[in-house]
Parts: sequence; C-alpha cells; structure tokens
Amino acid sequence: MAGKTGGAKVRKPVSEPQKADLIGFYRDMLLIRRFEEKAGQLYGMGLIAGFCHLYIGQEAVVVGVQSILEPDDQVITGYRDHGHMLAAGMTSRGVMAELTGREGGYARGKGGSMHMFSREKNFFGGHGIVGAQVPLGTGLAFSNRYKGTDAVCIAYFGDGASNQGQVYEAFNMASLWKLPVVYVIENNQYAMGTSIARASAETELFKRGISFEIPGEEVDGMDVLAVRKAAAKAVQRARDGDGPYILEMKTYRYRGHSMSDPAKYRTREEVQDVREHRDPIEMLKKKLLDAKHVTEDDLKKIEAEVREIVNDSAQFAQDSPEPDPAELWTDVLVESR
Amino acid sequence: MTDILMPALSPTMEEGKLAKWLVKEGDTVKPGDVIAEIETDKATMEVEAVDEGVISKLMVEAGTEGVKVNAIIAQLSAEGEAPKPKANGKAKAAKVDAPPQAVAETPAVEAKAKNDGHRLRAPEQKVAAAEGLHDPTLPEGVTYKKTAVRDALRDAIAEEMRRDERVFLMGEEVGQYQGAYKVSRGLLEEFGDRRVIDTPITEYGFAGLGVGAAFGGLRPIVEFMTFNFAMQAIDHIINSAAKTLYMSGGQMGCPIVFRGPNGAASRVGAQHSQDYSAWYGHVPGLKVLAPYDAADAKGLLKAAIRDPNPVVFLEHELMYGVEFDVPEVEDFVLPIGKARIRREGTDVTLVAHSRMVKFALDAAEELAGIGIEAEVIDLRSLRPLDTETVIESVKKTNRIVCCEEGWRFFGVGAEIAAAVVEHAFDYLDAPPLRVAQKDVPLPYAANLERLSLPNAQDIVEAAKKVCYRETE
Ligand SMILES: Cc1ncc(C[n+]2csc(CCOP(=O)(O)OP(=O)(O)O)c2C)c(N)n1
Ligand SMILES: [Mg+2]
Repeated sequence: MAGKTGGAKVRKPVSEPQKADLIGFYRDMLLIRRFEEKAGQLYGMGLIAGFCHLYIGQEAVVVGVQSILEPDDQVITGYRDHGHMLAAGMTSRGVMAELTGREGGYARGKGGSMHMFSREKNFFGGHGIVGAQVPLGTGLAFSNRYKGTDAVCIAYFGDGASNQGQVYEAFNMASLWKLPVVYVIENNQYAMGTSIARASAETELFKRGISFEIPGEEVDGMDVLAVRKAAAKAVQRARDGDGPYILEMKTYRYRGHSMSDPAKYRTREEVQDVREHRDPIEMLKKKLLDAKHVTEDDLKKIEAEVREIVNDSAQFAQDSPEPDPAELWTDVLVESR
Repeated sequence: MTDILMPALSPTMEEGKLAKWLVKEGDTVKPGDVIAEIETDKATMEVEAVDEGVISKLMVEAGTEGVKVNAIIAQLSAEGEAPKPKANGKAKAAKVDAPPQAVAETPAVEAKAKNDGHRLRAPEQKVAAAEGLHDPTLPEGVTYKKTAVRDALRDAIAEEMRRDERVFLMGEEVGQYQGAYKVSRGLLEEFGDRRVIDTPITEYGFAGLGVGAAFGGLRPIVEFMTFNFAMQAIDHIINSAAKTLYMSGGQMGCPIVFRGPNGAASRVGAQHSQDYSAWYGHVPGLKVLAPYDAADAKGLLKAAIRDPNPVVFLEHELMYGVEFDVPEVEDFVLPIGKARIRREGTDVTLVAHSRMVKFALDAAEELAGIGIEAEVIDLRSLRPLDTETVIESVKKTNRIVCCEEGWRFFGVGAEIAAAVVEHAFDYLDAPPLRVAQKDVPLPYAANLERLSLPNAQDIVEAAKKVCYRETE
C-alpha cells in the first residue's frame, strides 16, 4: 500500500480555537438547529415528504469534527444528514430545495432528504441503508491511500448502525491496511425505538474496534470543543498514516426518529433533562458570554443572520420549480458519446 | 410437532386410499420405519417416517378413501424438538385439526412406490398445477369483519403462534415498538419476549439465525422492516434457506417465513422503494406470495407459516391501512399457488398482484365505461405461479396486459407474457403488453415519482392498445 507521497499538501496544525472560531461554531450549530426546525415546519405543511430525520440535539458533533477538516477530506454519513451537509459547506438553499424535491436541490430533486451528495464539497452522501456508509467511507480512505494523498475520510454512523456486520468487515480492512478513516459513532442512545442497551451486548461503542486493533475513545458529543479536540487527534493520526480511529460521540436526538415517532420508548422528562442541562448550543453560548467574547446583542445579531439564511432557503425551496419531467430519464448511466 | 402428509405417488396423483396403519398412537418411530400403506388405482406405496419421534395422533382412519395429497394424516412429536410450553401456560397446545391443504408441499414422508415408482422424469411443468387448488368453501351465512390488512396479518401471526409453539416472530422493532408499521401490535403482550423478539439492526445476521433456527426445528417468522433491507440478507434467503433442502437430498427443509413491506412507499426515494417480486420469484426452492386484500393476507400468511418451505411474503406498506372484508371462520387458511379472479370479463385479461390489483380493478371499471370488459386476475402467489388460470382466461379474452409495480426488465410480467405466448399463442389477438415502473431508480421529487410508478391510467391505455382501440 502506498504511503504518504508527494501529493500531500502541507497542513496547518490544528490550533486552539480562537474567539472568532468559537463564535463560528456557535453560528454553525445555530444554523443547523434553525434549519432543522424549519424543515420540520415544511414537512408539517406537506412541502417535504417521505422520511425526514432531524439532527436537532446533535449539532456539536458535526460542527466540532468538520471544524478541523481540510477541503479535500471526505465526509460520508447516513440518512440523518442535513447537519453534515451544512457543516460541510453546502448551501442551505440547495439542501432545503432537495428536501422539497425541487430543481434547485443538490440532486435536482431526485434524491431527497436521505440521499444528497456534493462532489464539490467532498460530501459523499446521504445513505438510506443503515451501516452502508461505513465500508463506503473506508473505500474513500482506500482511494486516498492509493492515490498517495493525505486526505482523511470521516464516516459518521449511529449506535444502531454499529451492530451491522459490514461495519466490522470494514474495520478489519481499515486496520489491516492502515487506511486514513475516522469512524465517528454518533451514539444518540436510540436506534428508532430501541435503546442501545436493548440492542448491544457491548454498549461502550468506542471499544468496538479492540479486536481489530483500532483504538477508540468516548467523547462528550454535546461539547463542541471536546469533539473538536478529539477529532483533531484522530484525524492527525489517520493523516500521518497510523490508521483508523473510533470516536464514540455521546449525544442525543431531541426529536423523533423521523417525523412520525410514537415517542413511547423514552420519557418526556429524559428529553427535557438533556435539553435543559446538556444542550450543545446553550452550553457554548454560556461559555461565550462568560468569557465576554460576545454580548447579548451580538448573539441577537447572529440569530437574526441565521434566521435570514434559513428563511431564504425555505423560500427558495418553495419557489424552485419541480424538476423537468425529462429528468426522469437522465443520470441512470453515464452516457458515453 | 411434525405433520405427516399424504404423499403423492406420481405428479398427477391428487388423492388416494389410506389402506392401513402399521403404527398406532404412542409408538416411537425412527426414520425409515414404514408407518402406513397407501393405495391408488395404479399402485400401492409404503409410507416411511423421515423423522424420529412419537406418533402423537393418527388423523385419518385406516381404510379411508379419497385422502387428498398433502392432507395431514398423522402427527409426530419429536422429543427435544418442540420446545415445551413455558410454565406460565400461555402457549396453548397446537391445534391439530388443520384443514387439508392441497398444496404442492414436500411431504413429510418419503414415498416408496411398489409398482410404478420410477420418478426419473421431472414433473410436467408445462402449466403450473393449480388444478385442484381451491379456496376453502365458506360456510353458508358466514359473516365478514372489516379488517385492515395490517390487522389481518397480525391475526394470522397470532393464530399460528397460538396453534404452534414453534412459531416465533423476530425482527427490528417488532416487540416494544409494536412494529415499524404496527403489524405486530399486541403480540409482545400476548406471547412475551421469548417469542416476539426485537433484534439489533443486523439483517444478515438475524436472517441467518432464523434459517438456523428453522433447521433446528423451529418455525421462524422473520420480519424485515422493509424488503429493501432484506437485500442485506438475501444471501441467507437464497443460499441458505432456498437451496438447503435440495443440497441435502431432501433431509433439511427450512420452514421459515420472511415477510415485510415490499415495493414503493411514498416519497422515500430510490433506496427505500423497490419491488422484489421478480427477484424472489426467480429462485427455485422459495415460495413467494404477494396478497392484495386483507382476507388473502390472512389466509395466505397462515398457509405460509404452516408451509414446510421457505416462503417470502411480500406485503405493501400502502395497503396496510386499507380495510377489507375478512370471513369470520375458525381457521381461515388459503391454498398457496392459486390465483384469484377478481372480476370476470371477456375482452382483455389484466394480471396483477399486490397493490397493482387495485389499479387493475380501477382500470377495469373505466374500461367497462367504454365497452371493454376486462377480467382481472390477482396472482396472489408468484411462485408457484398459477399460469393455468391466466392461460384459461386468455383463451377466453385473447388479450393480456401484465401489470406490476417493479421494473419491466426480467420481471413478473415478462414471465407471464412468455408463458402465455408459449401456451396460448394461437389464442392471442394482440401481443401481450406490460405495465411496469419506468426503468429508472425511483426518484424523490413528487412529479417524477408520479411519472415513474405505474397507475390505473397506464393499464387503461395498455388495455385499449391490445384491444386496438384509439389511445390517447
Ligand atoms: C439496513 C437497514 N435496516 C433498517 C433500516 C431502517 N432504519 C432506518 S434508521 C434506523 C435506526 C438507526 O439507528 P442509529 O444507527 O442509531 O441512527 P440514528 O437514527 O439514531 O441517527 C433503522 C432501523 C434501514 N434504513 N436500513
Ligand atoms: Mg441512534
């Protein structure tokens, strides 16, 4: 297997986040939250259909991890993907218009909530089959190693997905071939209505790599700074050619699994407790205020700016026309001329 | 408990005389022990036990004439095989008076013919043997109950679980969550978590585990949250479940049901919207059912659970909430392999299964308005496929439109069209036409999804075409 070769760029070391970075994280998390709330509303109005899995509560994970990535690093995830796309720099307009199934969407309306991609942003989906992204992400890492770049692939997946067999087949190959992939397990405690304890013999998911010699650690996934710190280490390790790493992000989803959810598998108090005491956005807000990095007024401005972006994307997603009927027949195969 | 079935002496034998029992209730038998003698007008045959166990019940008296092939003639309880009911006594003893099913099953006995016992030729496969398969005649004055398809399925599972201790249900969210589509509502409460089992998200694993459990003498019902996810497990469905009986020379059957919603739901995109009818229909060693209404869902699922073979049972998410009349009879079991004529007509045959039946019926209604009387055949069973009913219909109508929700290429319609051309070529007044999904992955956008999926209008147009009527 080719090691790091000439193709590698000089990377700036991941620095301690400065005031501007922190404000940026706050803004990015807030954008995801407001975006998802809006998506929920549009769903309620019938403008979005099918499955729609909201990321509310988990914002710190993707914002923290993405904050240390370089543009040529790749990202892949499952169907709970709106936050990942926004954090990867994809536009709110393009994502929202895909949710409404319109021409202006990232897949011109053909993919929908669960299947969205951006070559430009190295975002490789958006996958509806639980666990599929893990070997796929490992393959992206393989391509990096093969080409001799030092790009890293981040493969995000859930606690439920971590029980799929293909995850372990991928782990083995990734470790065997020292592939530059970081596995980010977003442990939000539930897979649909099944709590982790009811589905997993080993509930400490960061240990799932042990028999493949993949080290792992548990991270407070509600603390964007802790996430960033852990991700920086894991990504650097992968970049240096030392192989895969597992980050188990302890996080929580506030909303139902998808839009319809019986909500009987956990108590309202449990959800409320996390919202009140561990909310990633509120926690960072407090830090920003305590350190006097921002004033309440600054925060209001950020809120207004974010709302503006979200409202604009919602408007765009409604104004954008449905795809041309001829689109039905395009993109099935690459047409060679 | 193993059912010993009336064996067939030849592919054409439908019934025979149970001449003599060589064992009595309570006797212990080993594989190879001759337990009975059977006669037809042509031959006498000894029936051997294939399993070890105790003859728990003789269900047919010696000397009885006209015993239908595959009727249950005795029951064998294999010690150590059937799990003993738990002390809580919830599980009732299996009911033994299952109606005879004239179904092409593997008999639980080995047939050794004394006279013309040679069976070197493959059974005649010219036209599938739907002959002799009939829905049970319902008692006069039978009442019906409006039942949603999901509840009919649930009732079927519950009834079979009460009847047979070996039956259990396993899958993602089938227990505490009551089923992702609420098909298993109430089952955990009634049967407990020993028999209603929530699995992790690991389709390949639990499908394989289910097959192993079937090898071990249990009767698993494996639910896939949708059949899209069964693609993770298709290796076990085909390589392990479908082929083992054959590979083991008949020793190791796999009585298992794989069930769940199949086909397109609504706006869930390409990875969650696929019709697997043709995929599974392709595979020898499987039975494949795809009912349309609630009564068929119930009667066929019960038959599937009792069947000694692996059965793929394709449901439809968009049908779960639809209510139909279900006859209120004690034990409603339908034959596997028999189509249902849902509407009689003389001008064109419309063949469909699962949700497409609705579109075919709607189309027939519209066609009647312009003087075309369509006959609508609901296949119900894709394997075995009741080609006979289809061909008989085409002989009358001389025209056929095959409707399916999945892709046309190598599809169910292709199979039926080929059979019709093969067996009723001279009767055809027009080439068979197919209505199917457009040959693209299912798009998410509302307008594209509408364009992609087949509907009643497509069927009307195709029917007009084969009738050489002006089309739009
Ligand atoms: C192979 C497969 N099986 C089942 C499903 C249905 N399904 C979708 S999401 C999900 C739960 C996944 O939970 P988890 O991995 O914890 O991710 P989360 O939804 O919590 O983000 C299930 C069972 C699927 N999409 N794919
Ligand atoms: Mg989860």
